[in-house]
Amino acid sequence: MSRWMPFEWIVALRFLREGRMQTLFIVAGIAIGVAVIVFMSALLTGLQSNFIRRVLTAQAHIQLLPPKEVARPLGPVRAAGGGPLEDAIIQAPLQRLKSIDQWQTLAAQVRAMPEVAVVSPIASGSALVIRGEASRAISVIGVDPALYFRIVALPEKMVRGTTRLTPSDILIGTDLASDLGVAVGDKLRVSAAGGGDQTLAVTGLFDLGSKPANQRTTYVALRTAQSLLGLVGGVSAIDVTVKDIYAAEAVAQRITAANGVQADSWIATNAQFFTAVQAQKTSNTAIRFFVALSVAFGIASVLVVSVVQKSREIGILRAMGISRGQVLRVFLLQGGLLGLTGSVGGSSIGLVALLLWQRYALNPDGTPLFPLAIEPGLFVASLLLATLTGLAAAFAPALRAARLDPVVAIRG
Amino acid sequence: MAEPVVCLRDVRKAFNLGLANETEVLHGIDLTLARGEFCAVMGPSGSGKSTLLNIVGLLDRPTSGSLRIGGEETGALDDHALTRLRGHSIGFVFQYHNLLAGFTALENVMMPMLGDATFFNDGMAQRAAALLDSVGLSNWRDSRVTELSGGQQQRVAVARSLAMAPPLLLADEPTGNLDTKSADAVFELLRKANRDHGMAVLFVTHNPLLSARCDRIIRVVDGRLER
Repeated sequence: MSRWMPFEWIVALRFLREGRMQTLFIVAGIAIGVAVIVFMSALLTGLQSNFIRRVLTAQAHIQLLPPKEVARPLGPVRAAGGGPLEDAIIQAPLQRLKSIDQWQTLAAQVRAMPEVAVVSPIASGSALVIRGEASRAISVIGVDPALYFRIVALPEKMVRGTTRLTPSDILIGTDLASDLGVAVGDKLRVSAAGGGDQTLAVTGLFDLGSKPANQRTTYVALRTAQSLLGLVGGVSAIDVTVKDIYAAEAVAQRITAANGVQADSWIATNAQFFTAVQAQKTSNTAIRFFVALSVAFGIASVLVVSVVQKSREIGILRAMGISRGQVLRVFLLQGGLLGLTGSVGGSSIGLVALLLWQRYALNPDGTPLFPLAIEPGLFVASLLLATLTGLAAAFAPALRAARLDPVVAIRG
Repeated sequence: MAEPVVCLRDVRKAFNLGLANETEVLHGIDLTLARGEFCAVMGPSGSGKSTLLNIVGLLDRPTSGSLRIGGEETGALDDHALTRLRGHSIGFVFQYHNLLAGFTALENVMMPMLGDATFFNDGMAQRAAALLDSVGLSNWRDSRVTELSGGQQQRVAVARSLAMAPPLLLADEPTGNLDTKSADAVFELLRKANRDHGMAVLFVTHNPLLSARCDRIIRVVDGRLER
């Protein structure tokens, strides 16, 4: 026995050691519970951050668009008798491709916002790409590469060629290249619906991870797109990234309120994804709660039994001058120690399970299914949660032990 | 005149207070125990000896009357103060030794000191070892108490009761379960502590041979003292 340990520690550790089978089983139970929490939390966090990463490497956090065109009747439509004409049909107007009014001023204002990281103007529209007899409908996105590639990490998705975008260059998807039978260096004729027509050289092929996207998406220089789409000097959208991705919706609303433009945040455009994330979070919290509850009941039941088993010893200790407070602390400590030990074991099991998952749950190409979030904070939180649960669970048995009448306890 | 170690005045104890089956088991006990006095308590089973000892040992409270330990009136003390007074002033030796089974002999003797901040120091282990030496168990100090014989266990209990050097020792039939030789050895240990350290001892026994060796004998019959 160490002379340096306080009384409560010595007695708590010895009581736990004496009931070693009980201690072993409850520690194993806590460990399994904590392992489940650690594994599931890391898996779900990894899944979420992987989704978010995939979404946000392919789109801006906020996209600014010109206000939608609405039909405005010139005045009240009157019936022949002079009264208002009921059931008048007001047809929604077609949404023409148009530039954002005063876009350079708007871009400068948005760029000046402290929450904003990158602002990239875009001119995009539909066109036809023609090579020989073949033609395909494409989406032409005109970008300033220096800005846009900080929003969409296109260089990472290149499979052939470079991301060079001079006014006569075009970047196309691998599937479009395959459909048209072109390679890097080949020329393509691009015709826009508005009459613009240019021959561009393929400088690179990219893979966005989706066949439809690879078939339709093409990138050209901003000036090329403006010329092709008849938007000379104008832009059809402004892509924006913010420093805190979860603040995107609030920033978007502020931009709309201040400038009247339509501002779509990634949160609003991926509402279903967020609903799924919320559902995952709720289920994860429910699982954590019920696991913590079962751990708490496990610890409490073991300590209740321990108080009954040790009531004579408690009576003896009280007769020797041990206070109620000291007895209370002996049992609280046992609860805390059970929680702590179980959570250390559980965290280790969880970590091993996560490493095994990372090693064996692979895509067909051998890459991890998705990167897991193995963060130290998760383990610290699990340790704290289990230890505090242990302390809380021990409170009722500890109180019972402290309130034992020593005369009755000694008599047995 | 020195303050008596224990002073009871008109102490009464009733159980099931206010209920139909209320029973008074001590009926106005007056008792004084001076420093260094070795007093035998005798009486038939159920006469109230253990209740008296529990009250003197501050494990139970009297229903009425006054109890002073070392001159301090205990009636108004709260549980914390009573516990502290008990720890510092009273040593217990029970009939069934009541040692802590999971601990060694040395740890059992150290236990009262471990729980008290004023005694918790480097010298605890040496003091416990010296006490075990004094009861003839120097070779058993690291043995689990469950490995010791009944007589040895009771000697460990005696050593433990002396750990805090209390002025009062309460022994509730400590020889009741021992053979004659062991009973005699335990009695002698208590007598020695009484002589060497001037402790007052209240010694409950049914053994007339042992009570005859005490300074004074009091008899408890039906909850009253017979002198």
